[in-house]
Amino acid sequence: MAADLYSAKVQESRAYLSLLLTPLQWIVDVPSRVAGEVSDVVVDRSLLLKENAKLKAEALQLERKVQQNAALWLENERLRSLLSGAERVDEEVRLVELIGVNPDPFQHQVIINKGSENLVTLGQPILDAGGVMGQVTEMSHYTSRVMLITDARHALPVEINRNGFRTIALGKGELGELELDHVPDTADIVKGDLVITSGLGGRFPRGYPVAIVSDVLRDPGRQFARVRVMPTALLNKSRHLLLVDMPAELHEAVIPNEVSE
Amino acid sequence: MNPGSPAPAGGGGFIILGTFLVGLMLSQMPLPYLIEWARPEWVAMILIYWVMALPHRVGMGTAFFLGLFLDVIKGSVLGLNALSLTIIAFLTLLLHQRLRMFPVIQQALMVMVLVGINQLLFHWMQSFTGYTGDNLIFLLPCLISALLWPWLFVVLRGIRRLFRIR
Repeated sequence: MAADLYSAKVQESRAYLSLLLTPLQWIVDVPSRVAGEVSDVVVDRSLLLKENAKLKAEALQLERKVQQNAALWLENERLRSLLSGAERVDEEVRLVELIGVNPDPFQHQVIINKGSENLVTLGQPILDAGGVMGQVTEMSHYTSRVMLITDARHALPVEINRNGFRTIALGKGELGELELDHVPDTADIVKGDLVITSGLGGRFPRGYPVAIVSDVLRDPGRQFARVRVMPTALLNKSRHLLLVDMPAELHEAVIPNEVSE
Repeated sequence: MNPGSPAPAGGGGFIILGTFLVGLMLSQMPLPYLIEWARPEWVAMILIYWVMALPHRVGMGTAFFLGLFLDVIKGSVLGLNALSLTIIAFLTLLLHQRLRMFPVIQQALMVMVLVGINQLLFHWMQSFTGYTGDNLIFLLPCLISALLWPWLFVVLRGIRRLFRIR
């Protein structure tokens, strides 16, 4: 046990052990996969038509946003160059699929279907349609383990979108709830504020939504205000996730040892 | 060994392995968040059965390797489950002759105690390296395991008799 905590060699053997278990994980995943496919096959035609129309409308809306986005992006670039600031690097994403969850309810982890053979690296951020989900903490050859942001051992550097107030979102080991750490009583945070990643720490790219402030408790008896936030990502529902490939130079700057190994 | 039976001990190793594989699969079956707290400890129960029925074939070594796989599934530090399963295998080895005499209900009570020891050891060690919460809800699986034991016992005994594993 001590060896596992302190040695990298054991991590390797752990990867091989999980490789042995990978077929089991696939088998366990089969029922839900089959259920999904069956419901695809027996679905009603009118339902499909309705869904198609809805998706088309949604796509139109999103395209309109993207049109604006392109202009905003260029404007941002110009302003940045005026300020002679660093150029913003865009991250690439890959689609991955969730194939399992950790059966231990104390640990909020999920298992995805890409591993070190698919060039997944330690610490890569995972997103879903709603926002940040977590980061890769362990890789086997064809699967890897993702620690969710609600895990009690996870902390995420964030900022309030409205005013750029920086803080850290701590997981509490409870589904659907995070807490902002060390927020002074005077901080300008109100219910409904959007919390986004601040990009400090370098693990997570800047500007992805994390959570929405659900409750601010300012108690004069306490040293800090208690701010509870609700993750925007569907942590226990999403099946299709996005794996973010951070630009290499940024990644190396953060975790030099792991990259050089 | 029963002198009347011509077949020597052996055979059915794959069947035993199969039941353990099914146990490992059941223990990583995705469950809704609230029910997840009540997930029975399948591997520990199946292990208790085989150690009780065939103490000369399934013992602490099997328990150790099963525990390693369970560690990988649960993402815990390698060796936590291995140690706690080895300990309950040892306790079952001590108790197996008494356990065989007990009626099923009394066996279920013993299973509750054994699985409870497993949970306590696991969470005690887990608390050195991670978060384990601050209430006793982690003991719920031992109650559920005890409730399921009579059915598991009947099924596994059926399998053992069907394939004449001894």
